[in-house]
Amino acid sequence: MKRLAALLAALLVAPGALAQDAKKEIEKYQRMINDSSPAELFELEGESLWKKPQGPRNVSLERCDLGMGPGVLKGAYAHLPRYFQDADRVMDLETRLLHCMTTLQGRTREEATKRVFGNEDKPSEMELLSAYIAAQSRGVPMQPGGAHPKEIAAYELGRKLFFYRAGPWDFSCASCHGEQGKRIRMQELPVLSDPASARPVVATWPAYRVSNSQFKTMQWRINDCYRQMRMPEPNFASELTNAVNMFLTTTGKGEPYRGPGTKR
Amino acid sequence: MADPMKIRTTVGAEFTEVRVLMVHPMETGQRKDSSGNLVPIHFIQEMSVKLNGRSVLEGQISQAVSRNPVFSFRLKGAKAGDKLEIAWLDNRGERNRSETAIA
Amino acid sequence: MNPFRRRTLAAIALLLLPLRALAAWNKEAFQAKSAADALKSLGVSAPAESQDILIEAPQIAENGAVVPVEITSNIPGTRSIAVVVEKNPFPLVAKFDFSESAVPFVKVNVKVGESSFVRAIAEAGGKHYTAAREVKVTIGGCGG
Repeated sequence: MKRLAALLAALLVAPGALAQDAKKEIEKYQRMINDSSPAELFELEGESLWKKPQGPRNVSLERCDLGMGPGVLKGAYAHLPRYFQDADRVMDLETRLLHCMTTLQGRTREEATKRVFGNEDKPSEMELLSAYIAAQSRGVPMQPGGAHPKEIAAYELGRKLFFYRAGPWDFSCASCHGEQGKRIRMQELPVLSDPASARPVVATWPAYRVSNSQFKTMQWRINDCYRQMRMPEPNFASELTNAVNMFLTTTGKGEPYRGPGTKR
Repeated sequence: MADPMKIRTTVGAEFTEVRVLMVHPMETGQRKDSSGNLVPIHFIQEMSVKLNGRSVLEGQISQAVSRNPVFSFRLKGAKAGDKLEIAWLDNRGERNRSETAIA
Repeated sequence: MNPFRRRTLAAIALLLLPLRALAAWNKEAFQAKSAADALKSLGVSAPAESQDILIEAPQIAENGAVVPVEITSNIPGTRSIAVVVEKNPFPLVAKFDFSESAVPFVKVNVKVGESSFVRAIAEAGGKHYTAAREVKVTIGGCGG
């Protein structure tokens, strides 16, 4: 009995200190994997794909306007999501790419979205293109749109969705990402409604995930969060996903982009 | 035809750091694909690094090296313009070779 | 000998030349299921613990699929470094042989199946030396 008490005492003594050490070691791990990452392979392949003629019109995406002019890639990712007049809606990178695939290349939405999330053997087009295009924003401060009424509306909708509890577990994004000091197993959960915590997150997606050897995009990340909350998976490039992305990116704005990232 | 390797060299005062990223699934034979089938073992077994045609480093590799391996080495006496050649051979007999000039 | 035949024979001769002088893969060592057996197959016995072998590796890896490990041997005359992950199903992960033109240094991403010691064995002057670092592996977050 005395031994048990002593053991319990030892376990309870410095959980805070242990947690801090663990956090430092995990940060070291994160630094090391970013240093030797296969992420650039996706950037290279994405570049080839960007330049590849496809679809009934047999043209490449090189004239796609990501918000800074046709074909202008430097800084484009850092300024998304934003309102696009020709589509009359707010679009994030993948939503805009889909728009270019259908309008420039003449592809159908069905064909272009047939396989938006890939696997370790074959990344999807969206994943490759996202890697390449995001890389062109390295060093540029994240500055999504925020002046146009539809951009403001998207932000407001995203914020509402962030706190909106639903599904069989009555979860919202805030259930995991709404309070400081929370974690799932060894993963610290960033408070995504707080700019200080959101900034490093927003600056490192899309990312290569070593746990499944796949390159993951924001549309995937949002989709998978909904899945993990046991809610129906949102439609690709939907108003909902763009609103959530707008809220997250705006909350993390100002941070110089340093992706594509490498994560666990 | 195997995918090209990405080689990056940094010449320093004491040595030249060589970083090579290879494209290879490095399957252990233990993993199941999305259909539940075991993916057969498939990995780089041997690699070599040559400087100006002479072997400077050789590696024997197992399936426990991570997918899309990234290796870093340090070479002495290498200078800009020197020819660097990296080659690998996998357990299926497939080969790959990449050549670059030290930057 | 007619020119065609000569060229064909020359071509065949070229194909038969050893295309590489790579160190032959030590099947026995790589298929050993214990670190002890792997070392035995490598011809290593009673390696001396050495502080001159530096292993840089994360103490906690968020995922065991990619664990970056950096090994430097400051032992003079180091000719090879072997990397062993003690608890892996096949502990020997890699072995690097260095010429005089290569620094006894290597950085490699390895798979660590479960929390384990990552061990480096350096060979210099016919003797073996070793050092190890513990790497704890976790499964991250939501498991996804």
